[in-house]
Amino acid sequence: MGTTEVIFWFLTAVAVFSALMMVFSKNPVHSVLWLILVFFTISGHYLLMNAQFLFIVNLIVYAGAIMVLFLFVIMLMNMEGDSEPRKNQWMTLAGIISGGTLMLVLVAALKDTGTQRQLVQMKEGQIGLIHHLGMVLFKDYVVPFEISSVLFLSAMVGAVIIGKK
Amino acid sequence: MPVNYYIFLSAALFCIGIMGVLTRRNAIVIFMCVELMLNAVNLLLVAFSKMHHLRALATDAQTTVGTDAQLFVFFIMVVAAAEVSVGLAIIVMMYRNIHSVDVNFLNRLKH
Repeated sequence: MGTTEVIFWFLTAVAVFSALMMVFSKNPVHSVLWLILVFFTISGHYLLMNAQFLFIVNLIVYAGAIMVLFLFVIMLMNMEGDSEPRKNQWMTLAGIISGGTLMLVLVAALKDTGTQRQLVQMKEGQIGLIHHLGMVLFKDYVVPFEISSVLFLSAMVGAVIIGKK
Repeated sequence: MPVNYYIFLSAALFCIGIMGVLTRRNAIVIFMCVELMLNAVNLLLVAFSKMHHLRALATDAQTTVGTDAQLFVFFIMVVAAAEVSVGLAIIVMMYRNIHSVDVNFLNRLKH
């Protein structure tokens, strides 16, 4: 087992464990911190596949900006010690069973679809580099890029209007 | 690395997100679970992009197959950032109105 496999399995185990901890921890602040760890491991997967642009964008946008926004909102509401009442245990059990069943169906349906022999290119390849992606983004995808700036503007205006109401 | 491993990892993360949405009552935690599901899909898109790139490399050494998928992931992140800002504004407004973020209190639509 080479270094790539070791890193892959380590990142996978940490990702699944922290995702479970994110769902099952009572304190919302702990949930946010576990989710940041999940985003770091997903960024590690991007780096392992040599998608360097997405690696750094995922770190800056998700683990940086969005999670800080979540933390700010939680601190604004002053509910750090707030543990939600567990009224209905059966609903929790039903939710866990539904999620596990969906997982079972997905794995059973996707394990024999002819993708077993397909390999993912690891550690090399030029398509994920910032130089190449930037050239394509500003040559072929200029119009979606500009439209996304309009989307950002409208989201900003919408957030301010909702917040002032 | 076989692409099946990435499929199973993404399916696991997605289903954990679904479990969180179904079991938790806190609106912020539910929103975070939705973000987790979004990220699982992003990871699978990147894995598929690298898989098709490797396949295309066998015939053409200068191929750029798979670039579109990575830009697609970039645009998904852009939309997710806008979505989070508006969603958190809605949650803050909800907290101001009913002084709680418990989704059980949001059953007024049926009255």
